[in-house]
Amino acid sequence: MDLYEYQGKQFFASFGIPVSPGGVATTVDEAVALVEGLEFPVVIKAQVQVGGRGKAGGIKLANNLEEVRLHAGNILGMDIKGHTVRIVWIEKASDIAEEYYASFTLDRGAKKYLGMLSAEGGVEIEAVAAENPDAIARLHINPVEGLTDEACRAWVAAAKLNPIATDGVVEILQKLYRAYVEGDADLAEINPLILTPEGKVHALDAKVTLDANASFRHDWADYEATQVRDEREEAANAKGLQYVGLEGSVGIIANGAGLAMSTLDVVNQVGGSAANFLDIGGGANAEVMAGALEVINNDPRVKSIFINIFGGITRGDEVANGIVAALERVDIAAPIVIRLDGTNADEGRAILKTHESDRLISLPTMIAAAERAVALAGGKSK
Amino acid sequence: MSIFVDENTKVLYQGLTGSQGRFYGLRNQAYGTKVVAGTNPKKAGTDVEGIPIYGSVAEAVKETGATASCVFIPAPGVADAVVEAAEGGVKLIVVITEGVPAHDEARFYNLLRRDFPDVRLLGPNCPGLISPGKCNIGITAGEIAMGGGPVGIVSRSGTLTYQALYELTQQGIGQTTCVGIGGDPVPGTTFIDCLSAFEADPDTKAVMMFGEIGGSAEEEAAEFIATKMTKPVVAYIAGVTAPPGKKMGHAGAIVSGGKGTAEAKMAALREAGVKVGRNPTEASALMAEVVAGLG
Repeated sequence: MDLYEYQGKQFFASFGIPVSPGGVATTVDEAVALVEGLEFPVVIKAQVQVGGRGKAGGIKLANNLEEVRLHAGNILGMDIKGHTVRIVWIEKASDIAEEYYASFTLDRGAKKYLGMLSAEGGVEIEAVAAENPDAIARLHINPVEGLTDEACRAWVAAAKLNPIATDGVVEILQKLYRAYVEGDADLAEINPLILTPEGKVHALDAKVTLDANASFRHDWADYEATQVRDEREEAANAKGLQYVGLEGSVGIIANGAGLAMSTLDVVNQVGGSAANFLDIGGGANAEVMAGALEVINNDPRVKSIFINIFGGITRGDEVANGIVAALERVDIAAPIVIRLDGTNADEGRAILKTHESDRLISLPTMIAAAERAVALAGGKSK
Repeated sequence: MSIFVDENTKVLYQGLTGSQGRFYGLRNQAYGTKVVAGTNPKKAGTDVEGIPIYGSVAEAVKETGATASCVFIPAPGVADAVVEAAEGGVKLIVVITEGVPAHDEARFYNLLRRDFPDVRLLGPNCPGLISPGKCNIGITAGEIAMGGGPVGIVSRSGTLTYQALYELTQQGIGQTTCVGIGGDPVPGTTFIDCLSAFEADPDTKAVMMFGEIGGSAEEEAAEFIATKMTKPVVAYIAGVTAPPGKKMGHAGAIVSGGKGTAEAKMAALREAGVKVGRNPTEASALMAEVVAGLG
């Protein structure tokens, strides 16, 4: 779950990381009211979960109330790479002497935490990593041992920051590490982490991704409430289905994430394109299948439906009965192609056979079924 | 032969008294797995269809000689369950549970590495493993597997694991062991662990590897294959058409920042001399050719 900058800053602040004083506004009037508690100049920042907002005009400095009114009015409602700005974060502008980069994430290859620190902050870290990899000081941390003060100091020294920043950065890194671990973040990143002319260090931006699997031990209701969701995904999630909306014309239903992904690939290989990824999980009973068909049926992009089920513990005949029962409950607009394989596949196909028509076709292999579904969706898309 | 489990493996189930644990534990037993115990501190002294329930893993190991544990505990309790299993004395811990927090996984993986280096962890969020005809731990349908080798299977995805098993069985090609390593951020057992074990197993003559987008495990496996393996490997990578930045179901498959794409993984594997199929069926056909050529 990606947090907005303002939420990331609140998250950081709750772990004692210094951030600039500020607040959020959703209207120009709120922005003006908010600024009364701050000193000028202030920075008005669009809250969108996409990079490049500065270049798009989503970050502006305001020196007086008129400028706050002007910029907040322009930024609220602005479209940045397909994301509409509904919230702005306004904070006291900071004097910047130097900009650093700091983050913690998981190195999946090493199976350890990876801390990254660089004196070259303020830009995309990927660019720094590509052009000047030595400018990033990396530290692997064993999760069982944690980040010792000694290791942290050596790490900061290796990053060659301005020596006057050392104590402040060490302190922030320890707090950021706590936020990353205790806060169950997948990513905790400060870019830029700034050094002010007075020698103070604080977080000017906040990029935080939380691990949704850990929500049971946190109160993340406020964060969850502001997540932007695709309407189709929302409807599917409510039925307990794993759904991702795509742009093609073949509706996909499969059991298991791997098989669903593979189904997308095969549809693509035979020249079509999928309207969605939909994983109904291991079961595939009538209830689940009916729910999945309803979700697909509500998508106007869908011109044909490809049901790809592998019967493991759920046997093929049970799956076939589930599909038939689901079809009796849902009035489906698009023709359906089913590939059923695995345990008791023959029995399952025999059941489907008795219901076959030009609207319901059963084929034994993934490739043949994908070809038929693509043809029914109007043929090759490219 | 087989890797990790065989006919002598004695398995206990943490969570045997829950609905999932009971369902799969009994299925594994019906398959022929030596299911010796379950654990639940609140139900010690009872039984599930004759399988005794103990208060702790240590007690179950002491009483039954269990060598492996299969964990069906809900996600919030998995971290404690894994540590309990390792401290209790089992040598293989298979975690089926999905939705375990990444930080828990990172902690218990590294704790095991440090304090219990001879304990193998498989999962979390994996379908388990099967040595056909000998031992089935987890949620794989044993019916679709066929014993006798010569192929070893390792896969990140559950349903694609079944697909691989089934396609090989359909062609009359047996399997030594099929391991589902799961797609979570910190898998206890990796492709390389399995490839290395298959390389050392005299009955495994070729290896089928099913990967998916995200992370760099397949690229690391390719490096291992190029430098350390003599046995032929056939691979399939799911997710060629998955859009960047979207999480595809529970599998944790996600492409971000241009890293972990299916193309990059396939290229790395081909470079390592691996035959790569564009879909599971094509990969199985390639494996059939490899097996026919083994002589």
